[in-house]
Amino acid sequence: MVLDSEPRTAVDVTGETGTQSFQFQPQNALKAPAGPEVREEPGDVALRAEHVHAYYGQKLAVGDVSMEIYARKITALIGPSGCGKSTYIRCFNRMHEFTPHARVEGHIYLEGTDIYDPNVDATRVRQRIGMVFQKPNPFPTMSIEQNVAAGLRFTNIRNRSEIRDRVETALKQAALWDEVKGDLKKPGIALSGGQQQRLCIARAIAVEPEVVLMDEPCSALDPIATLKIEDLMYGLAERFTIVIVTHNLQQAARVSDWTGFMLAGEDGVGRLVEYRPTQDMFTNPREDRTEAYITGRFG
Amino acid sequence: MTSIVEASDMRRRRRHFIDRTMTGVMVGAAVVGVIPLVLILFYLLKEGIPGLSLSLFTEDPNRPGLPGGGVRNSIVGSAIMVTVATLIGVPIAVGCGIFLSEFGQNRLGTVLRFLVDVLAGIPSITIGLFIYGLMVVTRGEFTGFAGGLALSILFLPIVARITEEMMLLVPRSLREASLALGAPSWMTTLRVVVPTALPGIATGVMLALSRIAGEAAPLLFTALGNQFFSTDLFHAMDALPLRIFVYAVGPYDYWHDQAWAMSLILVTFILVVSLIVRAVIGTRVTVRS
Ligand SMILES: Nc1ncnc2c1ncn2[C@@H]1O[C@H](COP(=O)(O)OP(=O)(O)O)[C@@H](O)[C@H]1O
Ligand SMILES: [Mg+2]
Repeated sequence: MVLDSEPRTAVDVTGETGTQSFQFQPQNALKAPAGPEVREEPGDVALRAEHVHAYYGQKLAVGDVSMEIYARKITALIGPSGCGKSTYIRCFNRMHEFTPHARVEGHIYLEGTDIYDPNVDATRVRQRIGMVFQKPNPFPTMSIEQNVAAGLRFTNIRNRSEIRDRVETALKQAALWDEVKGDLKKPGIALSGGQQQRLCIARAIAVEPEVVLMDEPCSALDPIATLKIEDLMYGLAERFTIVIVTHNLQQAARVSDWTGFMLAGEDGVGRLVEYRPTQDMFTNPREDRTEAYITGRFG
Repeated sequence: MTSIVEASDMRRRRRHFIDRTMTGVMVGAAVVGVIPLVLILFYLLKEGIPGLSLSLFTEDPNRPGLPGGGVRNSIVGSAIMVTVATLIGVPIAVGCGIFLSEFGQNRLGTVLRFLVDVLAGIPSITIGLFIYGLMVVTRGEFTGFAGGLALSILFLPIVARITEEMMLLVPRSLREASLALGAPSWMTTLRVVVPTALPGIATGVMLALSRIAGEAAPLLFTALGNQFFSTDLFHAMDALPLRIFVYAVGPYDYWHDQAWAMSLILVTFILVVSLIVRAVIGTRVTVRS
């Protein structure tokens, strides 16, 4: 295991000792399980957040979130808008700190290394943890091929045939290859919105990161384009760890293995309310607030 | 029921009336704005075409009073000095603009931005005087290089501020996309932001170029002017605006004709440059000047 040796409390959700299903201790009180649990093997931990606090100036936007993101699983973050999902996911690749006056407290471990360690190079972190944004943002001066290769060029991969191979692989993984293989030289912004977003996914995975963060990647797309992206995510999860923020509960239920529910309290601070295997979460929420949210009573 | 229908009908008519009136006012303002340009172009063509001839481009000025001859020396001199100004000005101005947009959100940036704005406001004749004191008095000679340098100082603030604005127009989402790929911020600036802003920067350079090409004041005490053909940067050099000035106020009718013709050449040059730039970079970029 790549984790450090610090002991953690295992929550025995089923009452059967010794078969812990996940090692997560939410800050809030847990309700007793109300039915049979769906077992989801957590597997390896790709990222472990510990007591993450994210600030905008003096304002605390995300308060004390701890969770483990499991390798090669799809983890969804849901919650009403403004609850800090975007802020939180941007902590995972150190993008939060680009907002003026924004800062992060706490630790996020990637293979046992705290990415917030002062000795860690943030650009290295971002090479290993990619990101797809809400609005498709291909580079307007670059062709389709150059867009996908951009990250490779930034990281100094110069070998042409290697770049070509990796562009092709990435485009195939992003389910875009068949549509664009004839015109790789066309500008990336000439594509449709859905294709542009898949181009951005290809661009993010071409550098072969371990984790791909997606912040509402489908919210600017029509239902068909959305379905295409959901489809390709299953394939991606064979190789990559995926964290997806979505305000679309059906989407979270369809694509994810694990779901975290975030909510902003009275104080405006976003916290993680519940984090469980998706099926449990949707069939059997433990928290009243989660149940209220997923049954549409608020949010 | 009927009363409601009538009221809404009246309101609709009122709205249409206001709509049409306002549109009319806007179109009127636009037309009034374009009138001076049309008049200038018309007058320039009318007065300038008679003086145009091939010899204007191929010959140098005759002895004063002897009709004929050309202004080859002025055209070449202008081209040389504008080129010198551009070569000196572009790297400094673009670098300055990039600095202001990417690293200028602090005290240093505020001070630099203020200085650039002050520089933009200094009269061009003062810049000429400054270079005169700096280079001409000390070296004891009027030179084309001094002229080019004076023009480059004029060029600098225009391009620096346009570059900054064009860089700031590049959406934040593109910077984030690049940073999220693991590119360091300097690389994001050079490989993503600058290329995206480049059409706008190029348009700014062209704008500044056409501005300095028509300037006479900064050249008066620097390049001085020269009725003989010279490509030597370290001697006095002629320029179209200087020759226009001399000929326009001179006593001979053929000088007046040639002055008009030179003005026409200058304006045509500026138009052609703008059109070429537009054609090359596409028409998506609009510059607020
Ligand atoms: N750049 C910013 N500056 C200050 N506050 C911000 C900024 N971005 C977001 N916030 C605040 O942080 C909170 C969480 O926002 P966000 O993470 O965007 O929520 P979500 O993605 O869940 O909709 C909100 O209260 C929002 O107003
Ligand atoms: Mg958001």
